[in-house]
Amino acid sequence: MRCWDPRMEEMPKEDLQKMQYKLLKNLVYRLYSFSPFYHERMKNEKVHPDDIRVLSDVKKLPFMFKRDLRDNYPDKIFTATQDDLVRYHVSSGTTGKPTVVGYTQNDLDLWTESLARALTSIGLGRGDVIQVSYGYGLFTGGLGMHYGAERIGATVLPTSVGNTERQIELMQDLGATAIACTPSYLLHIGEVAAKMGVDIKKDTKLRAGILGAEPWTDGMRTRIQNWLGIKAYDIYGTSELSGPMYTECTEQKGFHIWSDIALAEIIDPKTGEQLEPGEKGELTVTMLQKEALPMIRFRIGDITVIDDEQCPCGRTHPRIQRIQGRVDDMLIIRGINVFPSQVEYALMAIPEVGQHFQIIVERKGALDDMLVRVELNRESFSDKITDLMQTQQKVEHRLRNSLNVNVDVELVEPGSLPRFEGKSKKVIDKRSL
Amino acid sequence: MDTKKYVIKQISIFSENRPGRLASIAHALGEEKVNILAFSIAEANGFGVVRALVDHPEKAFEKLSSLGFNVAFTDVIAVQMKDKPGGLYEIAKVLGDAGVNIEYSYAYSGKDAAVLILRVDQVDDAIDKILKSGATLIERSVFH
Repeated sequence: MRCWDPRMEEMPKEDLQKMQYKLLKNLVYRLYSFSPFYHERMKNEKVHPDDIRVLSDVKKLPFMFKRDLRDNYPDKIFTATQDDLVRYHVSSGTTGKPTVVGYTQNDLDLWTESLARALTSIGLGRGDVIQVSYGYGLFTGGLGMHYGAERIGATVLPTSVGNTERQIELMQDLGATAIACTPSYLLHIGEVAAKMGVDIKKDTKLRAGILGAEPWTDGMRTRIQNWLGIKAYDIYGTSELSGPMYTECTEQKGFHIWSDIALAEIIDPKTGEQLEPGEKGELTVTMLQKEALPMIRFRIGDITVIDDEQCPCGRTHPRIQRIQGRVDDMLIIRGINVFPSQVEYALMAIPEVGQHFQIIVERKGALDDMLVRVELNRESFSDKITDLMQTQQKVEHRLRNSLNVNVDVELVEPGSLPRFEGKSKKVIDKRSL
Repeated sequence: MDTKKYVIKQISIFSENRPGRLASIAHALGEEKVNILAFSIAEANGFGVVRALVDHPEKAFEKLSSLGFNVAFTDVIAVQMKDKPGGLYEIAKVLGDAGVNIEYSYAYSGKDAAVLILRVDQVDDAIDKILKSGATLIERSVFH
């Protein structure tokens, strides 16, 4: 199958934009009437739903930020009651409080629909076996991909993360044709397979990788494709928008953002001004049909470019290019978002160590390795090594709990870490992708 | 019994496990004319603890603290051993029989005898048992 929904995916641009305008207008009226949070936001900006007269009037609307979700934890700005929710997903927040996203059945259906179109656009469908090696659970990757793959009639192999040898055995025995995971995990699978004497190229049926949840480059794509003999496709999404939603098509030139689902803009992160297609800036997305947690002009923090040229694949929906960076200091460690402020927050609750810290990220083999250096407080110094090791383990445990990622901790002498004004300098990222 | 005179003030210094740290500590003590009488290093994952008996512990503490080091005093005791085969056994047996646990220990062999420095969980008990066994504890005044 070439397109999952050809009528929608190949709709002329003018018609798409008309549809977007109608959806936006409905959404804004609905939120102005029923969402105290967004009503107040609009009032503060002195904008009324009647001011939205053409699609480009979207730029009159106020922005939303990740902090809006945190400040309204867990569900204060939901616009559906719990009766209508069918699922929650939870991701890490920036300061200890996580971000909760609720979904109605329609929200899940649209998310699944989005992925069904995406997976079809890379040539997957009935007869394919898709190994889902994203984490299943609070993280959106596993379950999101799972339902998208089932929708297109593929057979899902829900391996989740970890136990790599077993993943490789199942990949061989059940003939997986595609795998969805982080690009670094796929490299790790390749290395472990080689040690087991398995050549992914010859000994498996794998032909596509749906890779995302962390930054990667075209250089890495070439390496993966040549080494493993597969096509490597980038996938994009964040939990606030639902989860992983968009992939590249077989052209491998950017993610198609389905216009009936999302209105994407690129803005200048400093001034908030809307930029033209082709200009680099911060991706800002309005989810046009979401019910439980509407997102209006949500500033994701990812830097990219919108490409509104017609794609050779025939799809008329605009594409965004591979994510080129962040406007903030968010790190992605093994597919998990980590903000240095989370580390700070966790350390504040541990009396044995100071508040200064340094994060060092390296890639050991194919996988990310995060080290946090913290200063041991004078009062907590015990001359017994076992006491010090207990402190070290306590900090590791607390950080692991709050970040959801394995962290090594190094205790250092008080006063020895550099003191910086800017947050971002607390991070030394030695990874080269 | 006055056990205080046998309790010796050891200084313990937290140190990152990287080149030059011991040199900075030793240099600081040298500058203050503090003499190191016995010393050991314990290492763990990425860090270590330098422990030393010095002739002027207060001076050493102040100097090292002023340089930013994390320094603490720890109570230890010093037992004289026979500097011949079986010397360590005699002392270790006394403590073992008395149920005193050694948390860590280090030793030096001096002109007159060998000396075992001990950090134990029950200091008073250990002093009592060692004296009763007839072994010799070295008084604090010998060190500082």
